[in-house]
Amino acid sequence: MSVKLVYFAWVRERIGKPEEDLDLPTSVVTVGDLLAHLTTLGEEYENALQFPEVIRVAINQEHAEHDEPIAGAREIGIFPPMTGG
Amino acid sequence: MSIITPSIRVQATDFDLQAEITALTAGRKNIGAVVTFTGLCRDEQGALSALELEHYPGMAEAEMLRIGELAIERFSLLGLTAIHRYGKILPGGNIVLVIAAAPHRQAAFDGANFVMDFLKTSAPFWKKEHAADGRQGDWIAAKDTDDTARDKWR
Repeated sequence: MSVKLVYFAWVRERIGKPEEDLDLPTSVVTVGDLLAHLTTLGEEYENALQFPEVIRVAINQEHAEHDEPIAGAREIGIFPPMTGG
Repeated sequence: MSIITPSIRVQATDFDLQAEITALTAGRKNIGAVVTFTGLCRDEQGALSALELEHYPGMAEAEMLRIGELAIERFSLLGLTAIHRYGKILPGGNIVLVIAAAPHRQAAFDGANFVMDFLKTSAPFWKKEHAADGRQGDWIAAKDTDDTARDKWR
């Protein structure tokens, strides 16, 4: 499946781009699978996502857990814990 | 019973506290308490020249709306405004505003507190420090105490 990925804060800086469209292999089923797949795409992804337990993910702009399936996702946001307010 | 809708804004420009209170309470006769919270940019004893606020457009508004609706329902609020700024904000400048209106003070205090606790942990905003010497600093790390503050509402 093809999906739009959007990155924020230090995830964006380390990957080196704000967004991209990516074709995902069928083996990528959950959010956790996606993060693991991304780390295989290069050093910059590895550097951004080396501690996946701290990474937050949103599917179609709603928070998602790492064991959630990504089927049907149009846009997946990947970012660090939030620090607004 | 009329349905109260939160007023949510994500903007680069500053806000005017008094104008926002007036907008929320104008023409209303059932409001007995208004609590406001304003978050400002600190200079951390002179170490910071600015904060850079990044946000996830669309999701930021959606999360703030969701949090606001939860607060209105839970505390039976009569009005709620939440404004969060993005971009570069100088020390002393405003970052966030929450106004909660209710018949009595406790619901207004609790409503504003609840919105801030959830906003800090689930609204997609991130702060980056700009050092006083001009260097771009680090992204601010999330604090466990913010999660603890949120979890007390469970």
